Amino acid sequence: MGQIEWAMWANEQALAAGLIMLTGGIVAVAGQFKGWYFAAYAIAAGVFVCLLEYPRSRRQKGSTMERCGQRYMTAVLKVFGPLTRNYYVRAILHAALAVPAGFLLSTILGTVCLGIASGIYLLAAVRGEEWRPIEQKPRARPHVGDTIKQPPSNPPPRPPADARKRPPAELGGQVNPAAVEAE
Amino acid sequence: MGNWLVNHWFSAAVVAAWLGINIFLFTYYFLFFDRNEQYFYTREILGSALAWARASAKCLNFNSMLILLPVCRNLLSFLRGTCACCRRTLRKQLDHNLAFHKLVAYALALFTAVHTIAHLFNLERYNCSQQAPGGSLAAIVSKLHLQGNNWLNPIHSNHTTPEYVAFTTIPGLTGVIITLALILMVTSSTEFIRRNYFEVFWYTHHLFIVYFAGLIIHGIAGLVRGQTPQSMREAPPRLCAPCLLDRDCGYCCCKEPEFGSIPAEVGGLRSGGMWTLVLELQLQKKGFRMEVGQYIFVNCPAVSLLEWHPFTLTSAPEEDFFSIHIRAAGDWTEGVIDTFQQRTEMPRIKVDGPFGTASEDVFQYEVAMLVGAGIGVTPFASILKSIWYKFQHADQALKTKKIYFYWLCRDTGAFAWFNDLLASLEQKMAESGKADFLTYRLFLTGWDTSIANNAALNFDTVTDTVTGLRHKTIFGRPMWNTEFAAVATAHPRSVVGVFLCGPEALAKSLQRSCHQHSSLDPRKVQFYFNKENF
Repeated sequence: MGQIEWAMWANEQALAAGLIMLTGGIVAVAGQFKGWYFAAYAIAAGVFVCLLEYPRSRRQKGSTMERCGQRYMTAVLKVFGPLTRNYYVRAILHAALAVPAGFLLSTILGTVCLGIASGIYLLAAVRGEEWRPIEQKPRARPHVGDTIKQPPSNPPPRPPADARKRPPAELGGQVNPAAVEAE
Repeated sequence: MGNWLVNHWFSAAVVAAWLGINIFLFTYYFLFFDRNEQYFYTREILGSALAWARASAKCLNFNSMLILLPVCRNLLSFLRGTCACCRRTLRKQLDHNLAFHKLVAYALALFTAVHTIAHLFNLERYNCSQQAPGGSLAAIVSKLHLQGNNWLNPIHSNHTTPEYVAFTTIPGLTGVIITLALILMVTSSTEFIRRNYFEVFWYTHHLFIVYFAGLIIHGIAGLVRGQTPQSMREAPPRLCAPCLLDRDCGYCCCKEPEFGSIPAEVGGLRSGGMWTLVLELQLQKKGFRMEVGQYIFVNCPAVSLLEWHPFTLTSAPEEDFFSIHIRAAGDWTEGVIDTFQQRTEMPRIKVDGPFGTASEDVFQYEVAMLVGAGIGVTPFASILKSIWYKFQHADQALKTKKIYFYWLCRDTGAFAWFNDLLASLEQKMAESGKADFLTYRLFLTGWDTSIANNAALNFDTVTDTVTGLRHKTIFGRPMWNTEFAAVATAHPRSVVGVFLCGPEALAKSLQRSCHQHSSLDPRKVQFYFNKENF
């Protein structure tokens, strides 16, 4: 339990909340409900939250699966530095974004979900978590040519011709430093 | 295509039946609420949103009933054990229980969205009708409550908002709460969260209790009303509606329509053998009965009060104890191993289970190919031991004549205990003269040049240098085409069961090999693929 990164769940929750707020807003605007201007705000807020939450942060340990096509938004988020890195900022931002949508029934579900996401981000911030971009490590592809070992281009060094002649075979084939008697 | 159908017809049939029931329920109730005369006046206020909301509600009821069934472990074990006919087909279907649970969950999410949006329109229209100046039929019918106890529009005040109504009525409040519970369950059960932060998923998923409690009381208030049957006879809506509008109608005695609610509708022994941080736990419990390859949930209050972790049983049913092997792989496992190392007496252990798997089928096949990858080799410890005991006692229930066992792992460090098991089996088989009952191959996929050089140098020794077993270790991944072809040639008329405990990618390639090497002639060799996943 000690290794849970709450920010990861907060991210999923916030993304879902953004979509729900967007849907609620579209319903109210399309149906021209009373107070539909709150819904128009909710559509904008929903899109903004979705874009902000789309890039997943890098996990503390191990490799992270990134969402399809997230590197474009990652580049944008990196520009804002501490504003996007710090989770206290995100918690407050989501709480603030959620409030206006709470005045219309269609979008109140989005408000509550975003509020919950804000709470989980607060917990993550208290535990010191941060948003870190997932970098693509450039894969150094070994050139195929490097792995093929070329055969040597020179013959092995050989001693000069007269040293190549074998010395005459000695009796027994070995010179003993001390005298040996066969038993 | 023919092979896919033969292997998957039952799954396809179950999904088709489920889809068919959903489509039928939705269409039937949509047309009912859209066409039935009973709801003529209700439709005057709500339009077609009534039908959308009620039809999706019926589908929600159906799917909510189904969603718990695939995850009741005891029910599944019971079904696996008791079904006498079509055992193998039924068991293979039960392997896909999680996939079915997810499918039903997606349907729940979809229908919830439809239902919620439809009711948003409903509430808005009820409110508008209540506040509209008189004249239209909807406005007149909405104000019936002013003249007596009879009402159609549940909103009785004309100074309110849909939001206020939603939170002060039972259906509105419970609706918001259970939708919230559903959303929280869905966001914490994405693959990413499940794989990396399992506790978040596990504890959040217990919100299903809130979901079901809310669902049961959701429809109690009966806010959506239709005309009562008696009133339908006395004042048929098509004839009498103009009367309400003070227009001349051909019917002489039109009483005022009366409305009523739709009735609400409403599952030790000892610890020993430490080797590179693997703990073998042997336990005894009166009345404990197990089958091969089953798993138990284990809880150690000394480490954590609430966490239960699953472990495959590594002992055979024929032994008088049951054992598990715990490898240090995270917080809880390391905590358990530490506790055992530090205390002199055994800490208290709680056990839940055993729960069933597909491995119980292994004795039904004449020829069995068992593939264990990494930690997936554990159920096969139990299977191999049991097969050996059965073979020794010439058990009639054992149809297996030949076993091929493939063990794939990066390195044998964490599985040295399994190594010892294979070595002892090898020895016993050689002693009984039945050395060719079991053929096994070990594939080390994490080799480097020094290991390979070592193997090349010791090529002609009898036992393998890495494992000490008689069969030589092979470096790299197995070529399944070759293996399957060899088995098919050696057993041209048998039914071969392929059992895998390992990663998804391997399952796909084994399934493909099963399809490719199964003969279309049912009398010749057939490969059946079975998979266990954790």
